[in-house]
Amino acid sequence: MSARRLRRHIGRVLFVLLMLLIAFYTVFPFYWAIVTSLKSGSALFGAEPWPAHPAWGNYVAVFRDRPFGRNILNSVIVATSVVAVSLCLGATAAFALGRVAFRGRGVLLAAILAVSMFPQVAVLSGLFELIRWLGLYNSLGSLVFSYLIFTLPFTVWVLTTFMREMPRELEEAAVMDGATPWVVLTRVFLPLMGPALATTGLLAFIAAWNEFLFALTFTLTDDMRTVPVAIALISGASSFELPWGRIMAASVIVTVPLILLVLVFQRRIVAGLTAGAVKG
Amino acid sequence: MSAGLSALALERRRAAWWFLLPAVVAVLLVAGWPLARTIWFSLTDARLDETAAPAFVGLSNYLLLIEDPDWWNAVRNTVVFAVASVTCETLLGLVIALALNERMRGRGMLRAAMLIPWAIPTVVSAQIWGWMLHDQVGVVNQALLALGLVERPLAWTADPDLALWAVVAVDVWKTTPFMTLLILAALQLLPDEIYEAADIDGLGPVGRFFRLTLPLIRPALMVAVIFRTLDALRVFDLMYVLTGNSAATASMSVYARQQLVEFQDIGFGSAAATGLFLIIALATALLLTAGRVRLGAAEGGR
Amino acid sequence: MRAALALFCALITTLPARAEVTLAVSCGAVGIEAQLCREGAETWARETGNRVSMISTPAGATERLALYQQLLAARSPDIDVLQIDVVWPGILARHLVDLSDRLSEGDRAAQFAAMIENDMVDGRLVALPWFTAAGVLYYRRDLLESYGRRVPETWAELTETAQRITDAERAAGHARMWGFVFQARAYEGLTVNALEWVNSHGGGTIVDPEGRITIDNPQAAAALAQAAGWIGTIAPFGVLNYAEEETRAVFQPGNAVFMRNWPYAWPLLNAEDSPVRGKVGVAVLPRGGGPDGRHSATLGGEQLAVSRYSQHPEEAASLVVYLTSRAEQKRRAIAGGLNPTWRDLYDDPEVLAANPFFGALRDTFENAVARPSAATGTHYNQVSAEFRNAVHTVLSGRAEAASTLHRLAARLQRLQRAGGW
Repeated sequence: MSARRLRRHIGRVLFVLLMLLIAFYTVFPFYWAIVTSLKSGSALFGAEPWPAHPAWGNYVAVFRDRPFGRNILNSVIVATSVVAVSLCLGATAAFALGRVAFRGRGVLLAAILAVSMFPQVAVLSGLFELIRWLGLYNSLGSLVFSYLIFTLPFTVWVLTTFMREMPRELEEAAVMDGATPWVVLTRVFLPLMGPALATTGLLAFIAAWNEFLFALTFTLTDDMRTVPVAIALISGASSFELPWGRIMAASVIVTVPLILLVLVFQRRIVAGLTAGAVKG
Repeated sequence: MSAGLSALALERRRAAWWFLLPAVVAVLLVAGWPLARTIWFSLTDARLDETAAPAFVGLSNYLLLIEDPDWWNAVRNTVVFAVASVTCETLLGLVIALALNERMRGRGMLRAAMLIPWAIPTVVSAQIWGWMLHDQVGVVNQALLALGLVERPLAWTADPDLALWAVVAVDVWKTTPFMTLLILAALQLLPDEIYEAADIDGLGPVGRFFRLTLPLIRPALMVAVIFRTLDALRVFDLMYVLTGNSAATASMSVYARQQLVEFQDIGFGSAAATGLFLIIALATALLLTAGRVRLGAAEGGR
Repeated sequence: MRAALALFCALITTLPARAEVTLAVSCGAVGIEAQLCREGAETWARETGNRVSMISTPAGATERLALYQQLLAARSPDIDVLQIDVVWPGILARHLVDLSDRLSEGDRAAQFAAMIENDMVDGRLVALPWFTAAGVLYYRRDLLESYGRRVPETWAELTETAQRITDAERAAGHARMWGFVFQARAYEGLTVNALEWVNSHGGGTIVDPEGRITIDNPQAAAALAQAAGWIGTIAPFGVLNYAEEETRAVFQPGNAVFMRNWPYAWPLLNAEDSPVRGKVGVAVLPRGGGPDGRHSATLGGEQLAVSRYSQHPEEAASLVVYLTSRAEQKRRAIAGGLNPTWRDLYDDPEVLAANPFFGALRDTFENAVARPSAATGTHYNQVSAEFRNAVHTVLSGRAEAASTLHRLAARLQRLQRAGGW
């Protein structure tokens, strides 16, 4: 018995060690970005674990030199709109694809997935033409529009998978009560899919938040730029010099809202557990 | 299916098409023209610097592509990268998701911490790693030297034998959160009773995982693996920022971009992009078969 | 459908306002370069009663070129004035306005000939020179003095001096000391560095001005073999992935004796918190040994051009002439250390006071070697990529110099036959 307990203790310790190692691996680069953002000049080329004289100037400079607040707002608008549109379209499509048997379902799923199989750079020119033709060039609309090309297939697939996992009895009971498919979707399934919706939305949000190539190509002026482009356009005194401190300061600034978002969303993710009905 | 239900079933089917319509129209609108254009250009000699209309050249771009050793080198790099990184991410993602699914202290913090890498824009995180991996002043080598693990600094991104693995390590760091979150969502949707039943049956934690959890989360896991594989096979910015166009790490996307953008060879570059598409389609088909994902399957329910 | 979409998107966006003659100018992003560009453009706008809006484009050359190509291929009137790299005139020529009648014969003669030639494409002057740059050798004056060595005249001497000082410094406990750092990452910078080695040995410029492929020659092979010998001896293996800033990261903390870089590094190396402040000298790059050896520095720099799709080509051309004028370039040289393209500014006491090494290196800047961008036209990027990949293989020790160059020449010939330059 005591041998078994010992083994259990060792297992526990090893598990905690593993978690600590993983946490270190994931957090260290971010920590290093913070450290770098507090350095300036030649200190950037050193590797001391904490700067002797933390310099906050980089944070001030980020907001002074460019409309960085505006860039963050743009990113929030674009990412939120993309997530809203994708989840609306994705949830309805997922209901049809996950719950209703009809011919051509597999082909349709495969076709939607195929859209995600072309490299971004290959669809860039075609999208560029399309966006100019629609009159969306240099507007946030162009980004909301073009980001659907990668968020929509993803949300449709993930939500379809989760939709399939929903218990059949729930739907049958609702149909017996005379519920239309729309009511089944919005009143029965969606409330149960909290964790799936929150997760999908969060992943799509971050994908849109971090996108670079489309944002660089489809917007032109500083007041339309999103965060990744704004950061990439921070440059030094000459075209060769990279102002590391400022780039890192900007990265830290834009990562913090996302961490807050996760903290908010994770209540939803956990809340799904106790939402109830699934467990009956 | 009984005759009484068929009227209801028909109505359901009609409703299903209306449910699908907005998403299908949106996908067609966004992707239809760009994809058709790329495939068409891959059959022509279009160049960005030519004023004349492109001429149809049949499959000759594809023949050139098949003959180019650089392309096959890029294919090899990409496949090695994708297999290595997706495997690591799936295993690591499973471990972290299972841990986060347990009730334990500090779970909220760990969950937020785990998501940080995914939240930093790739353009930036690739540069952070680029500096951390600098052979002379980078913190990784400094730490390894200080700990006595290496004798002299390693040229992480310059040494052809190390560079691809350095890129894999950065990608694992960057996208494990994606895996973790999707697996975690699948775990959270599992009802608790099944575990209660398992406790009665006396299954240990390992048996419980392989006999119960894994089969139940397999559909979600497969979707996560498929989307990660698609992304990994199209990998671009990591390689580009960390190692430039170096042949030791050039991926298929890096190759296609070089043809399309730097060399202005729209025709050949589109053929490379379409070749990449075909390889991804093949990989997806393999994954769908191996993962026994039935696209047309009727609704599950348990 | 189209209207509905536009309406939908109008709800979440605002359209940019447009005034009558507002010129959109693309130059540097932030920093002194962009600041000087903005000041200059705004002065012009005040004097002429027009307006300018500054567009920031990526600092990385490849990304900026890709963006320009996208816009120009779509005949977009969104940018009027473009800052273009020294190797782009051939690539972008057909999208650019001919500025021949904007620069008199006398004014052309008063500027560096290489820059003017570089901007002439098929008899059209598609851009005006704005500032120039050329590779220079930074050295640790203090170390050379204490070891009694002179500034190396040839590459062989540099190798020997670097090895000697590195060995001694390491023996004295400075374990992280290296002899020479340069840019050998697989990017355009490697083409620039390798062209300097090849040309300084008398090995030509890859493709000569008439379009003949000349790279397969013994001098070029000797130059590359010599450079390959540096890797792992006087240069860290990591240089194979160094761009400009990675080399400065080694040199500035005092961990290298020599560094090849652009003039931009000078003020940074002498900044107040720099460990090597006041200990650095600048010289021309060494020459190759043998009778054909000469000092070579690859020509860099930027020009200003007017887009053919601009709705205000007259005003745009006038702005370009203003920004590239002698007075404006003098202001930029003093305030930002940007090398002027007007010859007489290198004798100007105010310019020299701000940039002491300009005078000594005037010949380097004036006689810098151009990359073969004019001869290869729209195929330049491909030629450059083939060349740098070949060099990278030799440097990383995976192939031998002479046979690699032989294969490179064959590949370039195929390219020439297929594309025709």
